[in-house]
Amino acid sequence: MTVDPIHQFQINNLVPIITIGGHQIAFTNSAMFMLIIVVGVTALLVAATAPRAVVPGRLQSIAEVSYEFVANTVRSSAGEEGMKFFPFVFTLFMFVLAANLIGLIPYSFTVTSQLIVTASLALLVFFIVVFYGFWRNGLHFLNLFVPKGVPVYILPAIVVIEVLSFVSRPVSHSVRLFANMLAGHITLQVFAGFIIMLAGFGVVGWFGAALPLLLVIMLTALEFLVAFLQAYVFAILTCIYLNDAIHPGH
Amino acid sequence: MNDGTRDNGDRSKARTDEAALSARLQRLGEGLGQARGRAGPPSDGPGVDRAATASGYARGFRLSSELVAGVLVGAGLGWLIDRLLGTSPWGLIVLLLLGFAAGVLTVMRSAGVIPENRQG
Repeated sequence: MTVDPIHQFQINNLVPIITIGGHQIAFTNSAMFMLIIVVGVTALLVAATAPRAVVPGRLQSIAEVSYEFVANTVRSSAGEEGMKFFPFVFTLFMFVLAANLIGLIPYSFTVTSQLIVTASLALLVFFIVVFYGFWRNGLHFLNLFVPKGVPVYILPAIVVIEVLSFVSRPVSHSVRLFANMLAGHITLQVFAGFIIMLAGFGVVGWFGAALPLLLVIMLTALEFLVAFLQAYVFAILTCIYLNDAIHPGH
Repeated sequence: MNDGTRDNGDRSKARTDEAALSARLQRLGEGLGQARGRAGPPSDGPGVDRAATASGYARGFRLSSELVAGVLVGAGLGWLIDRLLGTSPWGLIVLLLLGFAAGVLTVMRSAGVIPENRQG
């Protein structure tokens, strides 16, 4: 018996809605999980902040810890002025974290393992940086691409390189999260498949199957770490990019 | 009358309790600090090591994806320019090289080899 490791990423139409120009727009399992994430995070935070106790309970502690964690991240990498973007960064962080963690539940769908989702998030950050940068600094925002103290004769090449490195940001921003989640889930699935294959070989196979089982347990622990780490990395890079929009070329 | 004195006593008792509690917290904090200092980085190796590998893994992945993104964006833009202007293959060649340079620049910047804040 073989297990298809890619099958878990398949998008299924649950409820077809309308057809526009030959493309069916449907409510897919991906959309359903995004809805679950948004509703779940909102419900968690609303329930957690409802008591407003001085001494926080368990739920309230979760809300307070996540607030402080994201607030510290924003303050340390985008400065006090970056707190303007706190709601945005907090939403992104909670969405990505919840998506990564919910994806670890067996039979669930990992929204962040779809490149289109992470790319949309990264492009959202990118365009916010560009528009806010121009709105706040005007054409001074372009100073971001012109480092000072560079001889005039190599300046054009440097400007092109700086622009390219700026444009490549959403690519690395989105691919990092997507590739981590995709690779982690495929690895888990492949090793879980080994267990089933080995167990099919009788008594010897049962002992052999213990090895991939052990590995799957360890990989699951690693995946929890990766889920948290990638949400954090996504949030901190958002802050770093927003910092460029707030203070271009310091 | 009796109630009043008892109330007073309770209050002062509460105050001393609070003082004792804060003193105890301070003592505990100091003890904790000392214990942490004594334990130091070498002895609590596994925990530190695991955290270091985890962040090292994240760091490594971040740097490699930045390099690849730079090259890819350079190549993509070059191909697009070639298609639009019909300058094949020069746009691809030049922008691929520049993209590579941009990737290296991003990696060096996020690795902290060159300072992040540019003088604009």
